[in-house]
Amino acid sequence: MAVRDAPTTSALVVDRIEVVLGGRPIISNVSFLLGRGEFAGVIGANGAGKTTLLRTILGLERASQGTVQIHDATGSAGRPRVGYVPQKVLLDPSLPLRARDLVALGLDGHRLGLPLPSPARDRLVAEMLEAVDAQDFADERVGTLSGGQQQRILIAHALIRRPVLLVMDEPLASLDVHSAASVAALLAHLAKTQDVAILLSAHDMNPLVGVMDRIVYLANGHAAEGSVEEVLRGDVLSELYGHHVDVIRVHDRIVVVVAPGDPSATDHATLLSGGRETD
Amino acid sequence: MNRLLRILVEPGFFTNGSVHTALVVGAGAALVSGVVGVFTVMRGQSFAGHALSDVSSAGGSLSFLLRMNPLLGFLGMAALASGGMELAGVRYARGRDLATGVVLGAGLGLAALFLYLDSTFTTTTGAAITVMFGSMFAIPASTAILASLVGLVALVAVAVLYRPLLLTSVHWELAAVRGVRVGLIALLYMLVLSLAVSLSAITVGAILSTALLIGPAGTALGVARRPGSAVLLACGIALGATWLGILLAYDSGAWTPQHPWPVSFFVVALLLLSYLAIGRSPRRVPRPANGEM
Repeated sequence: MAVRDAPTTSALVVDRIEVVLGGRPIISNVSFLLGRGEFAGVIGANGAGKTTLLRTILGLERASQGTVQIHDATGSAGRPRVGYVPQKVLLDPSLPLRARDLVALGLDGHRLGLPLPSPARDRLVAEMLEAVDAQDFADERVGTLSGGQQQRILIAHALIRRPVLLVMDEPLASLDVHSAASVAALLAHLAKTQDVAILLSAHDMNPLVGVMDRIVYLANGHAAEGSVEEVLRGDVLSELYGHHVDVIRVHDRIVVVVAPGDPSATDHATLLSGGRETD
Repeated sequence: MNRLLRILVEPGFFTNGSVHTALVVGAGAALVSGVVGVFTVMRGQSFAGHALSDVSSAGGSLSFLLRMNPLLGFLGMAALASGGMELAGVRYARGRDLATGVVLGAGLGLAALFLYLDSTFTTTTGAAITVMFGSMFAIPASTAILASLVGLVALVAVAVLYRPLLLTSVHWELAAVRGVRVGLIALLYMLVLSLAVSLSAITVGAILSTALLIGPAGTALGVARRPGSAVLLACGIALGATWLGILLAYDSGAWTPQHPWPVSFFVVALLLLSYLAIGRSPRRVPRPANGEM
């Protein structure tokens, strides 16, 4: 599908990209748009190409075909700011660093010189801590916080520079069910209130189903994208997998079952039963 | 008051030139080690720090052979080794340990050769003890100026690099995302580390300089919540242990007349005591139970 005529309000325009790594196409013909204020999940099993897609958007991999464009509000030239939270950041408990110090480093950690006292910076840090609802543990050592609390601090660390796009690689992977739901809801809220496009990858879509505006569902290197209703349908996913697929809703959870015979079926069974494996 | 002072401080302590030099050079080594050590411990590079100081002993022993200032010898060899270790470009902890170990072995082999040559071809006595374990009261006064200069360069470098260095020490990938040139920072940090270890090598000896680098920082990280306070606390502990160690060693000349105890012993003993007293159990906040945010 062509997205040439993308409205300029889109923060991210991914247009028919193909990425080849080690001579093997990892993803091909993937296209989608993401506007400011929108929250999207890149969903797929391990090895479906989620990390490759994110790295290509960040400019860490080159697309052999297609383009990735990131626009700031004015659509003007210059590199728009992109925030990124890498996979599996778990900080050491012995680091002499309060949560608020890590948020401040998101603002000026690349600058030379000692950090002189600055009320303006303190105010920005306090605002971000409030935005991610982290005031209660802002003065704790960041490494002693729980996984969910650390994710909140990392989100504040990434958002404090007001990026147009925030990319997060599997931020929910090591969280328990409640923390995952709570971080997902926070991200959906932040996309609106901070006017930022947020794109995250996840192998378990369930914490995200109720809160994401768009879903980019990856399987076999191809993507189906759209709203959750548009994508999570038997006919759409069957076409994507090239096999018969049932989308089952049970106890508020969505389970995608790939028909036996697909060599990658076992992968998807673990994916959608909410398995907690990480890649 | 005067009597108490005489019990605590042997006569001559404040007028003795060697003591002055020891206090100045010791202070420089303590401050630089305190500052740099905090980053060394945060980065998990204690082994690299230890290896650098051991390797610097080759330079120290060579300097006796060439009749040059030992500080320059320590410094040159440490800088060479730090550059070598970093430019080997090993990114993974195990490979880095391996590269460090190889450089360490080669350096100590050279030190063995140079120390042998020292004892064979020069009239220097006790070069091995001085190089390996330090002889603070034997530091020539001329070294004080050079040491202060080296210390100043190290402290200014850390002040300039402070924030990117801190962020790379917390998590290198977060720093890379923020646009920090992680590799360059790592190389510069290793060069600053070589300044720190050469200063402490001349003070407490090449072997014991690890104690000055890691001890105060390890103690400070056990209690400090903020990077700035960790640095200040580490400096305070390092300076306190060094100066008190010098005083005790000076006093010890009265306990066993004509045979004062080595300063390095007192410094390291005080560092160990401070670690046991305050740094041993990092203050841990219990993690909330699962499900709580």
